[in-house]
Amino acid sequence: MSRPPASAPAAAQSAARLSPVPSTSAPPHHRGRKRPTPNVLPPEGRRDWRRSGLERPLSGWRGQEAEAARRGKMAAAGGGGGAASGGRRTCLLFCFVPLLAGLCQANSVERKIYIPLNRTAPCVRLLNATHQIGCQSSISGDTGVIHVVEEEEDLKWVLTDGPNPPYMVLLEGNLFTRKLMEKLKGTQRISGLAVALAKPSPLDGFSPSVECPNDGFGIYSNSYGSEYAHCKQLKWNPLGNGLAYEDFDFPIFLLEDENETQVIKQCYWDHNRGVNGSAPAYPLCAMQLFSHMHAVTSTVTCMRRSAIQSTFSINPEVVCDPLADFNVWNTLNPLNASGKLEPGDKVIIAATRLDSRSFFWNVAPGAESAVGSFITQLAVAEALQKAPDVAALPRNVMFVFFQGETFDYIGSSRMVYDMERGKFPVQLENIHSFLELGQVALRNSSDLWMHTDPMSQRDESISIEVHNLLTILKNSSTSVPNVTMREVNPQNSLPPSSLQRFLRSQNISGVVLTDHPGSFYNRYYQSIYDTPENIGLKYPATLTPDEAMDFVTDTAKSLAAVATVLGRALYQLAGGTNYTTIEADPITVSRLLYGFLVKANNSWFQSVIRQDLKVFLGDGPLQHYIAVSSPINTTYVVQYVLANLTGTVVNLTREQCQDPKKAQDANKDLYEYAWVQGPEDPSGTSRLSQCVRSTVRLAKAVSPAFELQQWGSSEYSTWTESRWKDIRARIFLVASKELEFVTLIVGLSILFVSLIVTYFINAKADILFTTPREPGAVSY
Amino acid sequence: MTAAVFFGCTCIAFGPALALYVFTIASDPLRIIFLIAGAFFWLVSLLLSSLIWFVAVTLSSTKDESVQKGLLIFGVLCSVLIQEVFRFAYYRLLKKANKGLMTISQEETSPISIRQLAYVSGLGFGIMSGVFSLVNILSDSLGPGIVGIHGDPPQFFLASAFMTLVMVLLHVFWGVVFFDACETKNWWALIVVVVSHLLVSGLTFLNPYYKASLAASYVIMLFMGTWAFFTAGGSCRNLKRCLLCRDKDFLLSNQRAR
Repeated sequence: MSRPPASAPAAAQSAARLSPVPSTSAPPHHRGRKRPTPNVLPPEGRRDWRRSGLERPLSGWRGQEAEAARRGKMAAAGGGGGAASGGRRTCLLFCFVPLLAGLCQANSVERKIYIPLNRTAPCVRLLNATHQIGCQSSISGDTGVIHVVEEEEDLKWVLTDGPNPPYMVLLEGNLFTRKLMEKLKGTQRISGLAVALAKPSPLDGFSPSVECPNDGFGIYSNSYGSEYAHCKQLKWNPLGNGLAYEDFDFPIFLLEDENETQVIKQCYWDHNRGVNGSAPAYPLCAMQLFSHMHAVTSTVTCMRRSAIQSTFSINPEVVCDPLADFNVWNTLNPLNASGKLEPGDKVIIAATRLDSRSFFWNVAPGAESAVGSFITQLAVAEALQKAPDVAALPRNVMFVFFQGETFDYIGSSRMVYDMERGKFPVQLENIHSFLELGQVALRNSSDLWMHTDPMSQRDESISIEVHNLLTILKNSSTSVPNVTMREVNPQNSLPPSSLQRFLRSQNISGVVLTDHPGSFYNRYYQSIYDTPENIGLKYPATLTPDEAMDFVTDTAKSLAAVATVLGRALYQLAGGTNYTTIEADPITVSRLLYGFLVKANNSWFQSVIRQDLKVFLGDGPLQHYIAVSSPINTTYVVQYVLANLTGTVVNLTREQCQDPKKAQDANKDLYEYAWVQGPEDPSGTSRLSQCVRSTVRLAKAVSPAFELQQWGSSEYSTWTESRWKDIRARIFLVASKELEFVTLIVGLSILFVSLIVTYFINAKADILFTTPREPGAVSY
Repeated sequence: MTAAVFFGCTCIAFGPALALYVFTIASDPLRIIFLIAGAFFWLVSLLLSSLIWFVAVTLSSTKDESVQKGLLIFGVLCSVLIQEVFRFAYYRLLKKANKGLMTISQEETSPISIRQLAYVSGLGFGIMSGVFSLVNILSDSLGPGIVGIHGDPPQFFLASAFMTLVMVLLHVFWGVVFFDACETKNWWALIVVVVSHLLVSGLTFLNPYYKASLAASYVIMLFMGTWAFFTAGGSCRNLKRCLLCRDKDFLLSNQRAR
């Protein structure tokens, strides 16, 4: 955490870390005091912990600089004008008075020396059963002279020519490739890396993920479907360079703000460019990156260390935490959440994933890899709930939004685990069929591809059911424009999907719907560039936020069409007949796209969320990294949006809503009740809060490996995130060694000269100073 | 390697003070006590000026540049005056203490002369004010950065250290002159001390033109030093004798040390 100069920012930080406890689940597990839990915060909140204290947003920097200059001057005035540094001294004296401590400001000299970089994202260390990935700095931060690398040739200076190693490389986003990173990895002349966001996104595509995502945790292995294992048949993500699964021993930060990047470059141009390629003269512009990680080696090691700490230490210092969050699920017709379904009750599962990731911590826009699909499923849930004869359907439909699928299927493996052990109302044998939405936002022409599993279809009955499923899906699309259901070759394997985790435990009939027949169409899979632009989301520049929210884009139309098809298929599978009445609302999809990908803090999201959660809505898009403190923003927002789309407003008071036992006609077993902010009243001054009844619930998405304490598990996800104390970046000037040496020499000479002079003056004081002998002055 | 800057600046700012302490103060427990008491008086003056500063800042909570600047000048003025008032208060206290010391002393005279007290208290004032003006800067000098990213001159640490050195020595000289002025009721000398203190403090408003402010401060220091030298009983003749190593002066050879 950034060093708080006074206790007030520290207090603010701890206040900001107080995460609201989800009403539907156990309190989020305890995180160390030393480490912020920014994922539970909205984007600005997440930044706040870095920004607080001495670090200010850059935009406000200029104004403060004047003050800083003044204060610096005061400090130099120092002994002369005692009060010249009065502000500072006030601090020193009054810091003992806690009440006044808040008035102390950041160290002004520090502000003259350093420019903190506030809009950065670090690469942090993650661990699994066998490896550590990510980056780290030394404990006191890594410092290096900045060198801007805009073309590959610039790297020569860093790697061989430059006279002032180690260098801190400011890399253009387009150059952040595996080839170049391998060069940097092999040298000692690098102390760290700052990557500038490429705009526009790299044309050749960029995916730091691996070519075969979630390999080893799906259904195919060397012993089962070995011809499909390890993507032998097809590399799903051919652009994946695997950078996000590499271990780097130097810090890497992403510069999210172009203005900050420009400040760094300006500093580099002003100070670090020699004349005609010669060595530049001191002082040089340097950067320091702090991202020291506490955990090492693997989850096995770090969890063992944490366990030992918490067994023996009164004040345990946990070094890593499992990646964990909550799945969101609801059912079309309410079912008793505390009971179990009869074996004869059948449920159709519609599933998708909620999370994504990127090379950098908590930067996971995931527009195509997650948002497109879960938005579609939200639209399906709404459309289906509107169908007239929902209550009469013979089979129930369950919508699940799995969290943590990116990290070896955390959410789905946990749900299967719970189902197997009877800890979930729906059991595995209750599953009638399974429809999953993969990446669907990048459809070529009108094709929507249906992937099935060749291994489970070797079972005759499953094969028939799957074919039935495919037929129903094709039927559903007949009257929907712009969607053509296409079957991929039945001998092809399933893409990485939650269905694989279900198939691992039980042969069920299932289909995965995607926009790609083979490899991903997504050229930015799990990268920072998987942004709205990636899925072609564009708004006319003239729209106000509220207009933009309801503006139906082509992307929204396309996703709504997919939602309609899926909705009709689910309706038919549930036993409905008049399926043409099901129609997903493009406006809903538009609003969801806008809310999740452009601006979370919009009027609609504000009205559907609980009041204590409104701080989770930031002015930017939501990030979809699963993180360790749960639930994260996405989970909450999806939960409440789903409740709003599928639930009904009931006439309960606030007290009754928050504690349904008090209300006569409330049924806590069948429904969840949420007291949401509601729409603004016409005067715009207050909100008409209301009670929403829905079947939306959260289910734990903690990998069973941690439940079973099998930290070296190869069956379940074992991903953990290391803890850290301090993540920040700053730039400043460094002086030459010669200047420093001269200062030291001058200091020492003054010391010795004054020692000698004083000695002689003292020895000769009786000669030098005549004492007057006026008898009147008594004391002389 | 930035530790070099730290130690360099520390030696520059406090080297002379350390030398003075080692050779002239440390040998006598009574002087140590008076030194610390002097430092304490300076601290109390700082407390008062910070209170005033605090109230002033709280009352005028504007971001207006000129108001802030005016406030700063007002703060400097107040602080200097308060420091000088406390120097006077310390003088009064020492006079009283001296009488007490004399009564318990076995000898006829006080164990420490007012002139020595002036020097010791001046050094106490100087060390404390030096410490308070430089420690924060010293802590930042440990690095890794140096001042200059916003275009400020990079000699900030060096200039601050030299400025602190001037302040420490000036406080010694002011102490000597001030006490003597009080002793001889020479009020104009007192005024000169206060005005020169104000002047040196005001000179720091010239920063970041360190050369100008430092040069002017050193001129004032030389002037005050010479004056203090003569006030303390030095003379050109003494200096000449000392430099030429003619230790014995037939007229004054029977004098007690200092």
